[in-house]
Amino acid sequence: MKHARSLLVTALGALAALVAIPPAYGQNTIKVGVIAAFSGPFADYGSQIEAGMKAYMKEHGDSVAGKKVELITRDTKGPAPEVAKRFAQELITRDKVQFLAGFGLTPNAMAVAPVVSEAKVPMIISNAATSSITTKSPYITRVSMTIPQIAEPLAQWALKNGIKQVYTVVADYGPGIDAETQFTKTFKEGGGTIIGSVRTPLQSPDFSATTQRVKDAKPQAVFVFLPAGQQGISFMKSFNERGLGEAGIKLIATGDITDDHVLEAMGDPTLGMITAFHYSAAHKSPENEAFLKAYAAANDAKAGAPNFMAAAGYDTMHVIYEIAKKLDGNIDGDKAMAAVKGMKWTSPRGPVTIDPETRDIDQTVYIRKVERVNGKLANVEFDKIPDVKDPGKK
Amino acid sequence: MIGNFIGVLFDGLAYGSLLFIIAVGLSVTLGLMNFVNLAHGAFAMVGGYVCVMLMTRAGVPFLATLPVAFVAAAVVGLVLERALYQRLYKSSPLDQVLFSIGIVFMSIAIATYWFGASQQPVSLPSYLRGQVHVLGLDLGVYRLFLIVVVALLTLALQYLLDRTRFGSQVRASVDNATAAAGLGINVNRVFALTFALGSGLAGLGGGLGIDVLGLDPTFPLKYMVYFLLVVSVGGSGTIKGPLIAALILGVFDVAGKYYLPQVGGFVIYALMVVLLLVFPAGLYGRRA
Repeated sequence: MKHARSLLVTALGALAALVAIPPAYGQNTIKVGVIAAFSGPFADYGSQIEAGMKAYMKEHGDSVAGKKVELITRDTKGPAPEVAKRFAQELITRDKVQFLAGFGLTPNAMAVAPVVSEAKVPMIISNAATSSITTKSPYITRVSMTIPQIAEPLAQWALKNGIKQVYTVVADYGPGIDAETQFTKTFKEGGGTIIGSVRTPLQSPDFSATTQRVKDAKPQAVFVFLPAGQQGISFMKSFNERGLGEAGIKLIATGDITDDHVLEAMGDPTLGMITAFHYSAAHKSPENEAFLKAYAAANDAKAGAPNFMAAAGYDTMHVIYEIAKKLDGNIDGDKAMAAVKGMKWTSPRGPVTIDPETRDIDQTVYIRKVERVNGKLANVEFDKIPDVKDPGKK
Repeated sequence: MIGNFIGVLFDGLAYGSLLFIIAVGLSVTLGLMNFVNLAHGAFAMVGGYVCVMLMTRAGVPFLATLPVAFVAAAVVGLVLERALYQRLYKSSPLDQVLFSIGIVFMSIAIATYWFGASQQPVSLPSYLRGQVHVLGLDLGVYRLFLIVVVALLTLALQYLLDRTRFGSQVRASVDNATAAAGLGINVNRVFALTFALGSGLAGLGGGLGIDVLGLDPTFPLKYMVYFLLVVSVGGSGTIKGPLIAALILGVFDVAGKYYLPQVGGFVIYALMVVLLLVFPAGLYGRRA
């Protein structure tokens, strides 16, 4: 069976090589296949990533090293590993893309890993946040973040600021459990106590019972990991309605819950919420200003406010442009990966480095608080932990 | 301890009221008219978007948007009933399922095209937010409001269907359309109006529910299980059945999540299985 499969792969490879004539050197374009969800419940993921990529191309021009850059998008409509894999194969063999990018969701990224290993095509993860993804292929690098990378500094920050007793509430799915595990580990190692933990069902529309439980347990803070959007809003409404804040309980979370893209829609219940994250649209730097300007210029109003995924899309294009410059436009998988290792730049989020060992991104994690700035809700950064590596790979 | 219990009971009743509000329209179209209308959530979503758009773009107060949500969803329901639904009244349940799920997917695509994929902002007026203290208990104002709305809605519907001429015509038409037509009832018109009523109630439920449930284009799919749960456990053909079912499910769901958080999300489904085994036609099923 295994033999048959490798034979098939070889045959496919040979076929691909045949079809590939004339060779890639003759091409005058750099094609980037963007695989993400552009419709369905995760439609925001794909559209944010693409909007960020377009922003970069608007700012830096749509050609690099003498070649025109072309984006080819493919819609997975949601977590669909088989579909993502098929798109990757088609993009590589038929459309001859030199890069794959996008990947909002972990299962899709995981499914494509063997394809890029085989085809030696660099794959840039613009969002999917499970730690182990970059270990699945030497051709994968990531410009977003991992959940443990955010949960660890948050636990350290809480300990440093006198929070010793925490109740954890996470959504009962992979990322939620990752967040709970890392937070609990770091928090306990630092001398804190977890006085209770709840995992809530993913579709839960009502958090009255959960927030009441937390209130009765009287922790100093409650750590929350819930998907942004309705879940986060429901939890916060319940948190406020029940007066947990007045009871002296702080709400701390990873920053995806106060996602800049939906923050305004979440409204006042988010005010005062403390989160840790790698990017805030309210980050004060010339790089971020340039990004926001390019984002507004490259996209229509429907794209909405940019968030961390748009920033990651922007950085995805930065990595592609830098590789293309270094290789003078002749993209080769192995050379591209050599070029990306250790790459340093100042992203809209702040200084970042692609870790040469893990091909994951090392970056500053900020502690932010939701405030109203010029009439708009914003994640205002007030503390930071520099050079955070993904603890999932220590 | 006892205070906790009363608190849980109150939250459960409020949650049950919410389940009833979003499902009551379906108990009209599915329960009364026997049409397997999985697109119920699409009508609820129409109501939801009408509320949100009126509030955020036109500055209309929340309570004033609710009747508009009802009317808008009812009109959409009426148009679709005349154009599409009425052709499938006599079809098999499977055809109805396939047809209405098609409507669901189309509504999701349309909502995404018009309003984008993200959550819509909802902020209630301040008099519906926060808590009030009653007899040493903290009760959420919006939850109290939901309970009151449900009580009024149930009385009104009960009256409409049991005591009015229109109600008798509906029941007659559903039970035996041929005989009803023979007695001079305009069955087509009755069905169209009933469907519009069900859709309008869905829209009203969508408007009332957005504060808790949120609103994005996947709304009709995301909460479909809850609509169906209430109507199937409650039984078809009545308003009382779904109401009792919703309240029982609501109380057990909240109690389960409070006292047994490890299995909390599971309680509501286990209860559904048990109730359906004991009452296969639903709590108040007319047709066994």
